[in-house]
Formats: sequence, structure tokens, C-alpha cells
Amino acid sequence: MKLLTGNDLVSGAVTWWTGNGWSIHVEDATDVGEHGEAILHAEEGARRVNAPYIIDALPTEDGPRPAHIKDRIRALGPTVRTDLTLKPADPTAGDWII
Amino acid sequence: MYKYDNYDQAMVDARVAEFRDQINRRIAGEITEDQFKPLRLMNGLYLQLHAYMLRVAIPYGTLDSRQMRMLAHIARKYDRDYGHFTTRQNIQYNWIKLEDCADILEELATVEMHAIQTSGNCIRNISSDQYAGAAADEVTDPRPWAELLRQWSTFHPEFSYLPRKFKIAVIASPEDRAAMRLHDIGLELVRQDGELGARVFVGGGMGRTPMIAPEINPFVKADDLLSYLEACLRVYNRYGRRDNMYKARIKILIHEIGADAYRRQVAEEFAHVKTLGIDPPLAELERISAFFAPPAYDAANIEPDRNDPDFAVWLDQNVKPHKQAGYAIVNISLKPIGGIPGDATSKQIDIMADLAEKYSFDELRVTHAQNVVLPYVAKRDLYAVWQTLRDAELADANLDLISDIIACPGLDYCSLANARSIPVAQKIATRFADMDRQRDLGELKLKISGCINACGHHHAGHIGILGVDKKGVENYQLTFGGSGAEDVSIGKIIGPGFDEDGVVDAVEKATEVYKALREGDERFVDTYRRVGLEPFKEAIYG
Repeated sequence: MKLLTGNDLVSGAVTWWTGNGWSIHVEDATDVGEHGEAILHAEEGARRVNAPYIIDALPTEDGPRPAHIKDRIRALGPTVRTDLTLKPADPTAGDWII
Repeated sequence: MYKYDNYDQAMVDARVAEFRDQINRRIAGEITEDQFKPLRLMNGLYLQLHAYMLRVAIPYGTLDSRQMRMLAHIARKYDRDYGHFTTRQNIQYNWIKLEDCADILEELATVEMHAIQTSGNCIRNISSDQYAGAAADEVTDPRPWAELLRQWSTFHPEFSYLPRKFKIAVIASPEDRAAMRLHDIGLELVRQDGELGARVFVGGGMGRTPMIAPEINPFVKADDLLSYLEACLRVYNRYGRRDNMYKARIKILIHEIGADAYRRQVAEEFAHVKTLGIDPPLAELERISAFFAPPAYDAANIEPDRNDPDFAVWLDQNVKPHKQAGYAIVNISLKPIGGIPGDATSKQIDIMADLAEKYSFDELRVTHAQNVVLPYVAKRDLYAVWQTLRDAELADANLDLISDIIACPGLDYCSLANARSIPVAQKIATRFADMDRQRDLGELKLKISGCINACGHHHAGHIGILGVDKKGVENYQLTFGGSGAEDVSIGKIIGPGFDEDGVVDAVEKATEVYKALREGDERFVDTYRRVGLEPFKEAIYG
């Protein structure tokens, strides 16, 4: 599957295209299939996202899992500061990245 | 310390106002990201993995307690309560919002700080010896010269769009504590027949093509220095490649045309530039130098009581001789075992500021090894300083030992990185946590970069580690034999790479080989240079 990701223009937060908007949770991301480029240009032009790009991901029971470790780190947060990730209460959340 | 005059302050204030307008226009959609990106980079604002990252300049690593407290305040108010001290003697904040950036810069400007030229293809923050003004071996204080270069290079109209970024280091001691010859220009201030001048080295650097800067001029008189540097930059600006960013650094130019040809061209350009009156009049030099006058030292020379064994270890490892009797240089390690190299919480930053104000004539230094220095501490105050540091978890006695690791932010934060650096640093430090073991190994400079850009200075590590992406999996190459000091050298790759745990094991095996083969007071790097790679390779790869 293909996901569309970028950063929020104002906050800089990592965001994922959900099909009708942007979410900071990769679980909400949707497969953009062949439409990634078109969505990317429209959303960037509307300043709803900054520096967007398309990535490969695998569908899992828990939602999409980006294929590359870099995007998994983007999705959750730094592996060395679990308190700063999107799941600070879950010390094992980092296992998902590796 | 240097204090802004009205011109300095007006320039910084104007830049904040200008950037605020640019940010507003970007958020309003009046300019695109392609238009905005070079503007934000010139103001130190990057877009990294998780958010915007702001790199704040700390000129030649020097700051006072008021500025240090402001750094803590920025961490608390606008970031996530910590900052990351860098190998350029700067500080970075990892979680900045674009909408806050102008306010942050406005607050920084109130304490004579900014983020100007901490990115972009311009002359970056001038770096220097963290012991400047305190080192027993310096021929002069390099800070006035670093400040002069800061003023010369800031907003220099001719050098704002160089072929590539440009880094300058200034030292004034035979012992190189600033990796001087691994800079685009390295200056070593020296005296020749009593006259002050500089050895000028040009074309060093790390990155994907590491090079040691050759000596371009053995002695440039201090009176000619700015003109000479202007000539060095002009030749680079004229002939440096702009068609390929990987070949655009001055080291590539000098490597391609040769040091002799470059030297000749600089000499020709210098003959012209010298007629332009760029070098400052003596009065201006004296004005700047006056800011760096020695502090009002106390004549008392009271040695500290070494009865506390932990304090004694810290004294031996982290406290260095001072040129003033009765005083010492205190190194504060930002490398706790298992911690993140270079990170400090806002509370810790405040505590270091308090210590500087109370015990170090209100001055601190940031080192290129991502530590902090209190440059002027009376020996009688050392125990009190240590107690405060200990209570703040800042008293690790590991300066220059294997756990005093330089590490870039790596893939945990950096959009350029291919692999994580910090977890490797944490695992190595934890493996060697035992202080007796570390001290037995002696000076061992271990440096880790998460990509070939080498922000973690791995090329200059006695042991260097380079993280690479091997088909989507993190892999780590080991290099041995590098040094950023006066025995400067570039490390060599020892063989195939390792996974994260494998590289930690390999480092441990290398230290065992060293212990078995060392002679006398040899450091790891000395033994490696004497015996060569083979014994290490045999132990590591079997």
C-alpha cells in the first residue's frame, strides 16, 4: 500500500493523509494507491501540509506500518525518548519501529 | 565577553522583524516552501523528522549565565524541556513550531543571541578552543580574533551565497582542542619573532570526502589576516563548483587544483584585497580585545581536599590546568551513562548558568565534543561545584574516555540520517559503564555519525562509527585511527559493517586487543598506529 505523509506547515508535526484530511496518527492513514501525486499537489498548494511525499507501507492488524524505519520513527517518535512519542505510556511501543 | 554595540543589536533586531514577516507570509500562502526554505535556513530553521528544528548560534561556544538561562527558557517555553548541544558549539531545539519561531528569536535577541547563518551556504558559526583565555598553553586569547571573524563574516554580502557552507575554526595553542584542521579554514595563532600572526590551513573537512587541510600559509601577520581570509574566500567563491553539491566544498577545489595553485591564486588576490582597507584599525582591535580582558582573579591558591573518592576521580578526569594559579578549568560532561550525548534539560541548563554566575566569572563554553566548560573556577570552589553538578546528574567523570561519545542526532531526529546514532552511543557507554574499566582504557575518543555527512565526526574518532542504510536495515561501519587533535588523521574502515549489537561487541573486542598490545602510556590510537589494523581485524572478524 502507499501512504501520503508530510509535516503540518505551522506546527511541523508529522501528519498522514486519511482520505479526507490529515492525522498525526499513522493508524488513520489510508492507501492512496495511484492518486498520491494528485493529492500531494492539491494539499501542498492549499498549505495543509509541508514537504509531503509518498511511501510504501504494509497493512497490518494494527493499521499501516511504513516499510522504512525512517518513516516508522516519524510515525511514533524518537526511539531514545519514549516519553516524547505519541504513546508515552507504552514503553514497548518502540518495538513496533524496530 | 563581547557585548553588542548599537549596530549589532539593530542588525539582529531587524533580522528578527524581517523573518517574522517572512514567516507570516509563508503561513498566509504568499510565498511557497521553495521560496521560504532558503530564508528559514539562513535563520537556522530546518524541517526535521518530527518537527521544525532551530539551531541557535553560540559564537565560538562562549556565553554568559543570562544567555544560558535564556536557552533553558526557550527549551521550557517553546520546546520539550531540553536542548541538544552540537559539534559546532551551538544548541539545537528539536520540537519547534513555525508560528513560535519569530517570538523565540525575539527573546534570544534580548540577550544578544540569534540563529543567523547557522545554516545555508555561508560562513557558519566561528568555532574555537573551549579553553580560550584560560589555557596554559595559548600564545594569545583566540576569542578577540574569533569575534572579529564573526563580525566580518556576519551578513558579508559577497559570501552569503557561497558554493557550499563554510566553517572556520581559530585556536592559539599547539594542542588542538577544536579539530582545527578539519575545517574549511583553520587558523592557529602563533608568534614569530614576537609578532602575532596565524598559520592558515585551508580545505579540511569531514563529510563524504574527509580531508585534512593543508597549510596554505605558514605565517600571515595579524594585521593582514582579514584581507588574507577575504582572498581565500574570493578564490573559492570564484572557482568552487556550483554544479554538484557533493563537490562544492573548498576541500574539493583545493584537492583538484592543488594546494600550490590555490596558494598562488590567494597570493594574487591578496595583493589586490590588501589595498581595499579591510583590516580593522588598531583601535577597533583594542576595542574588541577589551571585552576579553582576564577576570579579576583572586590571588589565593587553595588546593581542594581530595578526601571524597568520587570527587577525586572527577578532579583527575574532568578538571584541567589553568594559566592562572589557584584556578582550574571545569569540564561538565553531558554524557551520562546511557544518556543522550549533548542533551541537557532546562533545569540542568539553569544549574550550569547558576554555577557560571557564582563560580566562573559568569562565563561558560560549549565544546565541539558536546560538553560544557566553566573556564574560570577557583580551586577552593571545586568541591562545591562538583557537589552541585553531582546533584544535577552532571558530574560524570568521563571526559575523553570511551563513554564521552560524540554522536549526531541520527535517525531518531535527523531527516538526512540513514541510521540511528544515539542508541549505539547508549549501548557502548552502558557496556563500559564501570569507571575503573574506562579509566584503564584511558583516552579513547569514540565518535558516531548516522550518515556520511559526518556531523558526529566519526572520521576523527580514535574509533569511528558510521551508520548506513543497508537495504532498509541499519548497519554500522567501524573506522580506526582518526583524530581531530594536533595529531590529526582520518580513520580507516576496518571491514564489513555490523548490526547495532554487533558493533558494540566489535568495539569491546578492539579494546581487548588494545589492552593486550599496548606499551607504556600508549593510548588506543597510538597502539593502533604502531601495530596496524591486522590484530584488531583478526579479533573482530575471527
